[in-house]
Amino acid sequence: MSAIRHLRHARKPAAAGKGLKTSAMIASIAAEGQKTRSAPFGHALVELAKTRPEIVGLTADLSKYTDLHIFAHAHPDRFYQMGMAEQVLMGASAGLALEGFMPFATTYAVFAARRAYDFICLAIAEENLNVKICCALPGLTTGYGPSHQATDDLAIFRAMPNLVVIDPCDANEIEQAVPAIAAHDGPVYMRLLRGNVPIVLDGYDYKFEIGKAKLLRDGADVLFVSTGLMTMRVLEAAEALAADRVSAAVLHVSTIKPLDVETIRRECARAGRLVVVAENHTICGGLGEAVAADLTRSGVRTAFRQIALPDQFLDAGALPTLHDRYGISTSAIVASVKGWL
Amino acid sequence: MTDPRSDTPKLANMSLARRAFNIRRLAIRMGQVQGQGYLGQALGIADVLAVSYFHALTYRPEDPYWEGRDRFLMSNGHYAIALYSALIEAGVIGEDELETYGSDDSRLPMSGMASYTPGMEISGGSLGQGLTIAVGMALGLKRKKSSAKVYILFSDGELDEGATWEAAMQATHKKLDNLIAIVDVNNQQADGPAKEISAIEPIAPKFEAFGWFAQRVDGNDLDALVEAYDVARSDPQPRPRIVIADTKMCKGVPFLEARDKSHFINIAPAEWQQAIDILDAGRPA
Ligand SMILES: Cc1ncc(C[n+]2csc(CCOP(=O)(O)OP(=O)(O)O)c2C)c(N)n1
Ligand SMILES: [Mg+2]
Repeated sequence: MSAIRHLRHARKPAAAGKGLKTSAMIASIAAEGQKTRSAPFGHALVELAKTRPEIVGLTADLSKYTDLHIFAHAHPDRFYQMGMAEQVLMGASAGLALEGFMPFATTYAVFAARRAYDFICLAIAEENLNVKICCALPGLTTGYGPSHQATDDLAIFRAMPNLVVIDPCDANEIEQAVPAIAAHDGPVYMRLLRGNVPIVLDGYDYKFEIGKAKLLRDGADVLFVSTGLMTMRVLEAAEALAADRVSAAVLHVSTIKPLDVETIRRECARAGRLVVVAENHTICGGLGEAVAADLTRSGVRTAFRQIALPDQFLDAGALPTLHDRYGISTSAIVASVKGWL
Repeated sequence: MTDPRSDTPKLANMSLARRAFNIRRLAIRMGQVQGQGYLGQALGIADVLAVSYFHALTYRPEDPYWEGRDRFLMSNGHYAIALYSALIEAGVIGEDELETYGSDDSRLPMSGMASYTPGMEISGGSLGQGLTIAVGMALGLKRKKSSAKVYILFSDGELDEGATWEAAMQATHKKLDNLIAIVDVNNQQADGPAKEISAIEPIAPKFEAFGWFAQRVDGNDLDALVEAYDVARSDPQPRPRIVIADTKMCKGVPFLEARDKSHFINIAPAEWQQAIDILDAGRPA
C-alpha cells in the first residue's frame, strides 16, 4: 500500500535560486502596460441593481475575490454572505429565485462546478430558475494547482440542460454581459475575470449578445474560433502571424451554450482555412469538442486543430510559465499554428 | 511502553518554545522568498505544529511514509507554508529547499498538495474535505489493527462547510477514538472575521452535541496545548476528539499582530527582515 504513495513522490527537489517566480493566487492576467479596468463585474452589477430591485448578491466567503464586494458596499441590504458553503450558496439562491428575486451568486469556478454541482443542477437548472452564477478563476488563471484551477467547468456546465454558459474575454464584455444575462429569463453560468481586467474589445466595436458568435477580424489562412481570455491571446497571435504573412481570422464565441452553430458552420465552411479552436479549458468537453461535434454532425469538412489545456491535473507555478508550458500563451499559440500550417 | 512504534527517535531534547520559534522563523524566511505567503496563519499556528510534531506525533523523519506513523493531515491547504516549516524543523524536508518556496517546479507550492511534498498526507485547498478523508484513514487504520492515530488540522472557515459536519457525525457513529482533530480558530476567513461570516460559535458545544470529546484552549499557549493533546489521547471513551485552538494571527511579531487583520496580510519588502530581527530578539533557549 505504501509503495503506491511513494510513486507519487517521484518529484525531485527543485534547485534553489533559479527563476523564483511567484504563483500568487491573484496573479493578474493583464500583460504589463495593458489597458485595464478595475472590477468590471462589481461595478456593472451596482449600476444594474439601481433599476432592478429584484437583484440580490450572494457569495460563499469570496466577495472580495469575485468583485462582489463592490455590490456589497453599494447595496449592503441586498447582499447575503453565505459563509464558505457553496452548496448552501446555490440552494439558497434557488430559494430566493423561487420567491421572485434574481440572485447573482459568486464563488470560484472550481467550487461551483465541483462542490456545488448537484445543487446547481437540480435546485436551479432543472427548475429553470433565474439565478446568475458568476465565478472567478476560470480555467488556468491561478498557479495554485488543481484545487483552484477550474480546467473542467465548461465541460461540466455544458452538460447541464437549461443553463446558459458564458466565457467573456475582457472588461468590456463583462460590462455588457451583466445586463444581458439579467435580461435573460433563466439560469446562467458566467466565468469572471476579476481585479484589473484587460480591455481588449474596445477597438472592435463589439456588441455582446447571448448566443451570438462575432467575427472580430477576417483572414484567409487560419480561422481562430476562440472564447474567454483566449480571444485576447489569439488576437495577439493573429497580429504576430500577420507579420509572417499568415492571415488569420478570429471568431469570438463567448456563449458556449447555446452555441451559435450557424455562424460557426458558415465560417468553418469557407474553403482553404485551418480552423483552430482556442479555449482556456481542458481539451475534454469544452468549446473545441462542441465545435468538432457540430461540424461533423452537419457535414462541414475542414482542417481542425485545438489549442486547449491537456487532459491532466496541471502544475502549480507562475501563470506565465504555466501558460507557456500548456500552450495557451500567445507565443505558444503562434508556434503551434506555424507548425500546423 | 509496549507500543511497537516506539523506536521513533525522540526529538524532544529541544524546548517546544524553541521549536515553535524555529517554525516561525522558517515560515518568515520562506515568505521572504516570494515576498508573500499566508504568514499570518503560519505565525498563529506555529505553536500547534510544534506540539504536534515535537510532542504528540510518532514518525520517522527519514521515512515519511513509514506504515507505523501517526498521520498528520492538513485540510487547509493554504497553510502549507506553516506545515513546510514544521516538516523542515522535523527533518522531513531539507532546509535548503525553502529557497524554492512557491517557485516553478518546487516541491513546496503555495497550496499544499500530497503529490508534491514528502510528509504532506493529503491535498488540501478545496476546503472542507480534510475531515472526510481523516474519517477514512481512521477507519483504514482500525481495519489494519494499527495503533497509529490520525491528527487532522482544519480552519475555522471550514466549519462553514457542510462536509465537515457530515464527517463529524460519521466519526462519532464509527466510534473513531483514533481521530484527533485540531481546529484553528483565528477568527479569520477570506471576507472577514469568521464570527461575522457565519454562526460558528459555540464550537465546543456543537462538537459535544455531535458526540465528540471537545477541549478549547489558547492555541498559542504551549503548556495548555500539551495538556490538551495528552488529555485527548488518553480519553478512554470510544469517540473522536477535538482540540479547539484559539490562535492569534501573526503571533510573535508584534508589528504584524497590530496590523489590520486580513486573510492575506501584505508585508513590505523591508519588513521581512524586520520580522526576523524582532523574532530573533526573543529567541528562546
Ligand atoms: C471549498 C472552498 N471554498 C472556498 C475557498 C476559497 N478560500 C480559500 S481560504 C478561504 C477562507 C477560509 O477560511 P479560513 O481557512 O479560516 O481562512 P484564514 O484563517 O486562513 O483567513 C476561502 C474562502 C476554498 N479554498 N475552498
Ligand atoms: Mg480562519
